[in-house]
Amino acid sequence: MKRTHWWGRVYLLVVFAVMYTPIVYLMYYSFNSGGAMHDFQSFTLKWYRDVLSDDRLLMIVLNTIVIALLSAAIATILGVMGALAIYYVKQQRAKHVLLALNNVLIVSPDVIIGASFLLLFTIAGIQLGFKSVLLSHIAFSVPIVVLMVLPKLEEMSPTLIDAARDLGAGHWQVLSGVVLPFLAPSIWAGFFMALTYSLDDFAVTFFVTGNGFSTLSVEIYSRARQGISLSINALSTLLFLFTMLLVVGYYVLSQKGGRVYGIGGRK
Amino acid sequence: MMERTWRNWYLVPYGIWLVLFVIAPIVFLLYESFLDMDGHWTLANYEKVLTPIYLKMMAYSFWYAFLITLVSLLIGYPTAYWLTKTKHKQLWLLLLILPMWVNLLLKVYAFLGLFGTYGLANALLQTLGIGARQLLFTDFSFVFVSVYIFIPFMVLPIFNALEELPPSLIDAARDLGASAWTTFRRVVFPLTLSGVKAGCQAVFIPALSLFMITRLVAGNRVITLGTAIEQHFLVTQDWGMGATIAVVLMAAMAVIVVLTGTGRKEGSR
Repeated sequence: MKRTHWWGRVYLLVVFAVMYTPIVYLMYYSFNSGGAMHDFQSFTLKWYRDVLSDDRLLMIVLNTIVIALLSAAIATILGVMGALAIYYVKQQRAKHVLLALNNVLIVSPDVIIGASFLLLFTIAGIQLGFKSVLLSHIAFSVPIVVLMVLPKLEEMSPTLIDAARDLGAGHWQVLSGVVLPFLAPSIWAGFFMALTYSLDDFAVTFFVTGNGFSTLSVEIYSRARQGISLSINALSTLLFLFTMLLVVGYYVLSQKGGRVYGIGGRK
Repeated sequence: MMERTWRNWYLVPYGIWLVLFVIAPIVFLLYESFLDMDGHWTLANYEKVLTPIYLKMMAYSFWYAFLITLVSLLIGYPTAYWLTKTKHKQLWLLLLILPMWVNLLLKVYAFLGLFGTYGLANALLQTLGIGARQLLFTDFSFVFVSVYIFIPFMVLPIFNALEELPPSLIDAARDLGASAWTTFRRVVFPLTLSGVKAGCQAVFIPALSLFMITRLVAGNRVITLGTAIEQHFLVTQDWGMGATIAVVLMAAMAVIVVLTGTGRKEGSR
């Protein structure tokens, strides 16, 4: 049990090498003056300059970040309310139904979510663009937050609330002084999850984005369909560094909260 | 009494979300699937789904999803198994999860370079003496890239299941004279089946409806149900047909979830 067989190590090494090759490959060629993802010619920062001087692209990056932050914040509020709502439902059957409905958007494939949201927005007469993308991102992030917060809520000892009540706290005081501080790590973890889901989403956004508005994933897709351009590589290197920052933040928070909940989900 | 009014307040915004974004889209999808392109009621869409073209596409989708799940399992199980035996397993696990945070599109895009005619993969094949070949736009690259994308979703639940396995059970099996392989086959694997199920579900369902990887790496062919839905909604504008395929796909998935999902525990996803 104590030692890993050498072939176990070799196996893991190969798996990790394969996992990281594409990412390293992408970043490596972002410095290639040759203009293609092969035959490294000489070191250049040209592609980074291209990215940073591309106003349209920077606008899209800004859009993506605004959508991610806004949708994650709103989804976190809705998700915490949802978790509290499910927690307070004492009837087992009703609880199961709520949880099942909650999980529908998590298990449904993106294509179907995207298509059905497109239908929804068309029927509701909401114009495709910023609003529809924001609404969809909020919509698919809510269940994730619920799933991150609910287990922590179930863990909470009811005596905590009783104690606060006995000491004369009202509902609002119990919530803001006891329940929310107790849930804080999982709420933050939920927020970060929602943030990464929003930043990472392609398929749903692709359906509801309309003509004038674009997020990074959709933009990368339309550029990648036209072939290879090393400014995408430069952009991906920058994004990778940014994501690492987010991951470290998330990791620190989840370490505080005990364990990493609910990793998985979206493809 | 106070208690009750407060509970209701939490349910209001959450309930609105449930109705608007979970129930309404499903209802609209069902409704749309009975409409033709001019908005008249029809069953033609369902008739069309049963024609050989779509049946074949469905078979393809299931076949590829099955293949992707199988390969992910064959690679993912040993990975999870040996991960649990490393010294700093939380760190290794984090390293495995890390690529999940890289934008999906970028990972797929990387393979356009890696599998290109002059890319690393072909260079490797050449030095091995196999010789360069067309990798992009083949079924091989489609399955490979999909497995690459999905493998963490397979490893994580299996890893968790392995972690929950009491080591004393393995010791007991060994003490009773079972070989390492027998111990694995008769003790470890059956007891981690819940993780395997959760992993297969987490891979199979999204694999069934891929469209972006198909479009970028497998060429511009419409071979899976995911691409067909995208095609109908965004290219040919035949929303009724797209909705019908979506409904059929959802029904198929519900069946899969019911068949495999009974033992799913929280924390395994």
